[in-house]
Amino acid sequence: MAASMKIRARMVDGTAQVVVLIMHPMETGQRKDPATGQAYPAHFIQSVTATVDGRTVMEAQWGPAISKNPLLGFRVRGAKAGDKVVISWEDNKGEKDRAEATIA
Amino acid sequence: MDQFRRNLLKECGAGGALVIAAAAGLLPASPASAAPRNTEGFAAKSLADAMASIDAGNAIESADIVITAPDIAENGVLIPIEVTSRVPGAESIALLVEKNPFPLLAYFKLSNGAEGYVNTRFKAGQSSVVKAVVKAGGKTYVASREVKVTIGGCGG
Repeated sequence: MAASMKIRARMVDGTAQVVVLIMHPMETGQRKDPATGQAYPAHFIQSVTATVDGRTVMEAQWGPAISKNPLLGFRVRGAKAGDKVVISWEDNKGEKDRAEATIA
Repeated sequence: MDQFRRNLLKECGAGGALVIAAAAGLLPASPASAAPRNTEGFAAKSLADAMASIDAGNAIESADIVITAPDIAENGVLIPIEVTSRVPGAESIALLVEKNPFPLLAYFKLSNGAEGYVNTRFKAGQSSVVKAVVKAGGKTYVASREVKVTIGGCGG
């Protein structure tokens, strides 16, 4: 659990700035194996949810053109140091992960 | 079964227990319980159809939506993009890549203090206009930026 994600969350000028790095192939389903000519099957994160202090701040829907090992940065007003940030994602195969961090 | 669960279920019944647990923050926010996926939008093959799927057909061009992205992306699989909305009260940000096979790249719904700001990286197979659509205060705004791609990012 949480192994796929690194979260950095800190207060900058009164706003919480959060950056998440998620390890995921984000395979579009268009890329072909040069040896066989077959397309690698699509395997990409479809939804990401972020909460701060238990409140949902962002619900993202992604297509496969988001880069491999996706980066996501967002900012939240009204958050404070010590608040808990929770990021969860689910991909098109139903795989999921969830990670937490505390705003520094 | 521990005493906490026993009391919860006794007090509220199974459905009520979930509500109480969710309110207590015991259940993680689940993508499955969020807004349904805009499947049609992500399957749209033209920019016009993708824009229509997010109700951006009448979006107002605005210099207050700032897209930061390289003029020339040397690596089409890792193009950084940052969008900042200077229009206050942004409720959502959508990103579209005109020449991609499926132009709708991502949709971000913002709430509870999230600012009109997003930063991510995307893939593009060829030079393309990138658009950011922001909904704020009942209006829809759009900004565009051209990104030239020297080595395509779709693996083709």
